[in-house]
Amino acid sequence: MSFLEVEHVSKSFLEPNGQALCVFRNVRLHIEKAEFVTMVGHSGCGKSTLLNIIAGLETASAGAIILDGKETDTAGLDRMVVFQNFSLLPWMSVYENIHLAVRAAFPQWDRRKAHDYVQRYINMVGLSGSEHKRPAALSGGMRQRVGLARAFAVQPKVLLLDEPFAQIDALTRGAIQDELMRMWTATKNTVFMVTHDVEEAILLSDRIALMTSGPEARLAETVDVKFPRPRVREEITELAEYARIKKHIIQFLKNCSREMPAGDMTTGLDAVAVGQQLAAEV
Amino acid sequence: MDQLAAISERKKAILSSLALLAILLAVWQLTTKPPIQGKAEGLPGPVAVAARAWEMISDPLYDRGPNDKGIGIQLGYSIGRLLVGYTAAAFVAICLGVMLGLSPSFYRALNPYIQILKPISPLAWMPLFLYTIKDSSRSAMMVIFMSSLWPILANTAFGVAGIKRDYLNVSALLQLSWVKRLWKVILPAAAPAIVAGLRISIGSAWVAIVAAEMLIGGTGVGYFVWNEWNNLQLTSVIFAILLTGFVGVVLDMGFGSLAKVLTYKE
Repeated sequence: MSFLEVEHVSKSFLEPNGQALCVFRNVRLHIEKAEFVTMVGHSGCGKSTLLNIIAGLETASAGAIILDGKETDTAGLDRMVVFQNFSLLPWMSVYENIHLAVRAAFPQWDRRKAHDYVQRYINMVGLSGSEHKRPAALSGGMRQRVGLARAFAVQPKVLLLDEPFAQIDALTRGAIQDELMRMWTATKNTVFMVTHDVEEAILLSDRIALMTSGPEARLAETVDVKFPRPRVREEITELAEYARIKKHIIQFLKNCSREMPAGDMTTGLDAVAVGQQLAAEV
Repeated sequence: MDQLAAISERKKAILSSLALLAILLAVWQLTTKPPIQGKAEGLPGPVAVAARAWEMISDPLYDRGPNDKGIGIQLGYSIGRLLVGYTAAAFVAICLGVMLGLSPSFYRALNPYIQILKPISPLAWMPLFLYTIKDSSRSAMMVIFMSSLWPILANTAFGVAGIKRDYLNVSALLQLSWVKRLWKVILPAAAPAIVAGLRISIGSAWVAIVAAEMLIGGTGVGYFVWNEWNNLQLTSVIFAILLTGFVGVVLDMGFGSLAKVLTYKE
């Protein structure tokens, strides 16, 4: 039995014309404790939807999520999400955003203990001095540091990363990825990440799950990434194995695009938009 | 450079305003006839109104029986009624608005009634309030309540229904209790819309209280206007009209600064 089990999960949306559109079908993925698994696929394959289902923010049309031996279908503090758009509460300061999460996760702590703990996480992501700034006053990179601090501070069983670096400029992205690796090495959380970025997936993951394109996407295969940790970006990119894995994944993604019928390019569109587009054509 | 330009723009605006005021006052003074043997004919001029205004402002709190009270006392009555009716309306409207905003089906169920009740002039309720409450001052408060209710309700429901899914997701992930969910997420997220509603309705409530007090009589700025009209004291009427405008601006400015504090940038 694995720590996190995605058991035959399917997701369908109801189209405006009343027909069900299946985004992905029968996804089965087992993630071990302290494992870092990344899902890669084109837009529209439903990988973010799957992440939201694991988080309990959306419901599966079929199948189940089993975490630590128990089925779960609602959101909870045992699964924290780092969102692509950060999802910080804009009326709260950096400190207040993290503090809200810490108070929620550890209600039994007294004021002093909670304060020190929050401050420690702020320092950990290098935001001391910006505690009282609101998210709007921070750059994308700094905002996602807050997002990471908030998620790690809760000490969840599973960390869910939904394209966490997609909205961060390229120069900062590497630094934040290193930040994530450092924090993950220290905590050994179980991580499920979703991304477009193949290099990012190889650098961070123990295993990479490849989704075919939606609609009716399915989990095609998982690729093991067995580089020793801690990994240094400059070193592993030199390895022949790195090039092989990268080539394999990119080839897979290319084949997926080719399989799709003409005039039905789902790339760059999300599943719902594709559904509406199909509905409009019918 | 831009700052300098902005300053001179502002100066220009102020000077234009003052010039306009001077022209208006001059036209007003020239078109009104001076009193003949102490008896005014036609509308009183600005000088007469200013003299009366000074008289009333310098002794605002005198009380010489039911028909002769200082303007400060009348204003106090009006603002008191406003506060009671308005606060009650804000409380009810925000509570109800949050519920409507969070539940689309509840919103749809209640919407037809809201649409019918909303366009009713708050003063039209007056006879029913007088009949049921049997107290004219409380009836006036209820008129304020009715006038304030709809803008706050509509804005709150709109603001809560439009809260970004992300914020609600965060509150779901953190398993916030409903009290925390309300105070830390829903109300702050919807605050700009709610305050906009509060700001609209304090204006309409102030408009309504003057009219309501004309009907109920006894005390308040509205009653004062009507009473002075009966006494043919047009200087007092004009002064009171200007005063209600001034109070309205102050009330609006209060909510304007509240809006500034509660607005957030994403």
